[in-house]
Amino acid sequence: MSIIYLLLSISVLVAVGFFIVFIISVKKGQYDDVYTPSVRMLFEDELVKEKEPVITQSEKQN
Amino acid sequence: MDKKTCYHCGDVCQKNAVTFDNKDFCCNGCKTVYQIFSENDLTCYYDLESAPGITPQEVKDKYAYLDTQEIAKKLLEFDDEKHQVVNLYIPSMHCSSCIWVLENLHKLQPAVVSSQVNFPKKTVRITFESAALSLKNLVLLLSSIGYEPYISLEDYTSGKKKINRQLIYKLAVAGFAFGNIMFLSFPEYLNPNENDFWLQQYAPVFRWLMFAFSIPVVFYSGWDYFVSAYKGLRAKILNIDVPIALGISVLFIRSTLDIALGLGTGYWDSLTGLIFFLLIGKFVQQRTYSFLSFERDYKSYFPIAVTRIVRTDAIQKEEIVQVYDIKKGDRILIRNQELIPVDGVLINGNAQIDYSFVTGESNPVEKQSGDTVFAGGKQLGSFLEMEALQTVEQSYLTQLWSNDAFKKDKESSFQTLTDKISQRFTLAVLSIAFLATIFWIVVDASKALHVFTAVLIIACPCALALASPFTLGNMLRIFGKKKFYLKNANVIERLAKTTMIVFDKTGTITTHSKQKISYEGESFTNTEKQIIASGLRASNHLLSRQLYDFLNINTQLTVTSFSEIVGKGIEASYKDVHIKLGSETFVKGKTDLISKQTTVHISINGNYKGYFVFLNEYRNALQKVFTKLSKWYKLVILSGDNEGEKSRLEKLVSNTVTMYFNQSPQNKLDFIKNEQQKGEHVVMIGDGLNDAGALVQSDVGLVVSEDINVFSPASDGIIDASVFKSLPSFFKTSKAAIKIIKLSFLFSFLYNITGLYFAVTGQLSPIVAAILMPLSSISVVFFTTVATNRAAKKYLK
Repeated sequence: MSIIYLLLSISVLVAVGFFIVFIISVKKGQYDDVYTPSVRMLFEDELVKEKEPVITQSEKQN
Repeated sequence: MDKKTCYHCGDVCQKNAVTFDNKDFCCNGCKTVYQIFSENDLTCYYDLESAPGITPQEVKDKYAYLDTQEIAKKLLEFDDEKHQVVNLYIPSMHCSSCIWVLENLHKLQPAVVSSQVNFPKKTVRITFESAALSLKNLVLLLSSIGYEPYISLEDYTSGKKKINRQLIYKLAVAGFAFGNIMFLSFPEYLNPNENDFWLQQYAPVFRWLMFAFSIPVVFYSGWDYFVSAYKGLRAKILNIDVPIALGISVLFIRSTLDIALGLGTGYWDSLTGLIFFLLIGKFVQQRTYSFLSFERDYKSYFPIAVTRIVRTDAIQKEEIVQVYDIKKGDRILIRNQELIPVDGVLINGNAQIDYSFVTGESNPVEKQSGDTVFAGGKQLGSFLEMEALQTVEQSYLTQLWSNDAFKKDKESSFQTLTDKISQRFTLAVLSIAFLATIFWIVVDASKALHVFTAVLIIACPCALALASPFTLGNMLRIFGKKKFYLKNANVIERLAKTTMIVFDKTGTITTHSKQKISYEGESFTNTEKQIIASGLRASNHLLSRQLYDFLNINTQLTVTSFSEIVGKGIEASYKDVHIKLGSETFVKGKTDLISKQTTVHISINGNYKGYFVFLNEYRNALQKVFTKLSKWYKLVILSGDNEGEKSRLEKLVSNTVTMYFNQSPQNKLDFIKNEQQKGEHVVMIGDGLNDAGALVQSDVGLVVSEDINVFSPASDGIIDASVFKSLPSFFKTSKAAIKIIKLSFLFSFLYNITGLYFAVTGQLSPIVAAILMPLSSISVVFFTTVATNRAAKKYLK
């Protein structure tokens, strides 16, 4: 057996792996809406900011 | 003076302004929403965007039908003991603040488990605990913060829609295989020495791997081309897919034979590359505006259920029924803002019916009991009671949809430029292939088969097939940016062939947003004007508000007595001056004017003074648009109204336009059909449901819309009213697009001729094919993109 068979099969396996992952993500609808997540991503910070004071208040009470 | 704007919605604060929390609000509704948000720690809403809000509308009883189990069930996507999921369309969604607040609904209402927005589609999917929150209360909650969902008969009748992702899968398979095959081809491409020991030993491995990769590409990704070619051949049409399918099969069979017999590497990367590029072309062309719908019929306008009044033995009962269950003779109750679902007779109530959905006329029509009311009107003001004369499907308006025109598919009956060219192209290629083969049989028979297949491979019209999707796809995107939204790329080709343009009048060439008010009669003194203004200020009627804005008088006067007689007019007194404003019968006691125009009459102390006429204002650039268009096209105006406006219109558009009045929806459809039979290519430009038939019948139906979020009837394109003036440029640009396609055809022919030289002389090696195929495709894509952008810059500013 030559090393080339091993290399070829690894490269094909890796490629097929990525391909399957892509198909699954499309199937799940991850690409149906490509706009909203880009906006949603920016909200996370604001939410944390809001929650922080709540936590500190409850800590003070304890 | 600096004008105050509403903190919530950004509108200018006027007479109803309120101040709360040191902030200005234009109305109580906006203030309430702010209050709700601030009490629930959601003021972040105002940090993301300034003044993002929407003024909430009064809804009250409108959604009572959602309490009916069967109706609610149809709308829910998922329902188990604990949780329910609903996907709601919210037209008022417009910015990132909207996304934020809708996804934080659980802060307002703990029973909401999660909510996820799809912004391009303007929908929100909400999961909620059914025990703690009913669908109706959820809808009411959304309405109270200004995000009223739109629920129509369409949601009720259509099942769950499946998203078609086939093309993405096919593209992914082709791209994946193409990439891998390119790598696997390198060893043989880059090593021309045939006697290389390493290559001789391992070449079959690489070759059969490529073969394996190409199988899904041919039989899955490229399968549509075989199907389409077969269908074309059966219909005796040589469409563009015939040479493509021929090319694909020759490539595959020749390459398989090559590697099986050990003759060569085969044309694997050309094969997969070809299919990959073709699919990209399809993908680019498939530009959709997910927030717009071009397929609407009356179902998208009509409510799901209405209130029926049932009388049994003097006991009056209200019940909610599905609109399809309404029978002749049923008594129906229509509340404020509700749509009349069937034709009927008005029994009682103050009917102020807004037919803007249907005719484009923005002023509401007043009806007396005993009058016939038609389906499609929206009741404004208080409730009305009516008796149904028809069922939903048999009403005057909805009947239109049973016309044959609605079953026809415009795209399939239209022969595109590509199809026309491909007919000659296929014949030419086949004859070249046969001639070359015959030549080689005579000269060197061993090469004959090689040449025959090479010609078919190189002539595969990849660049030709890409020219039109890329040109039209790019044009579609450019039009979209300029607020001219087309259903698909095919429409541009049809637009370029136009010979006649038909316009609707009301709502299409007139505007809703501005009205021309003129006064005819004796003039008023200053005090009289002030009294009139303060009287109008006290009234909430639509016409009063418009008239108040028109008079534009800042009055400090407060009338001493004021009364509003619903459906008739207002009476107001100040000291010893008594004014009456309203309908002619109300003010004068009789009707003299027989006119369809909207008028408000006025009398002071019993003396009739005169009347205000509300005229529809024509769109700004109308005159220019018509003069420009009339140079190239025949223009026609079809109006459903009477001839009252004829003289005014004639002054505006002079003799460039033929006009027809009193046209019913069916008349409009028939007119267009008639012209088409005479050989005209008709573009219909309309706006309301009464144009729906004409829009479908025409070669291209365009809808003018003041607000693209509001519903428009089924059409091939929607044009934002603000760009109505650029209409001639859009026509020009689509013609330019066709020229670009023709030029790029020329381009791809040059490549084909070069390739054919290699093929006919028997020199087409896999590497030449592998270079020529992508090169021609990419240069055509490049050329069309640059050319369309330049054309757009030239014509559309």
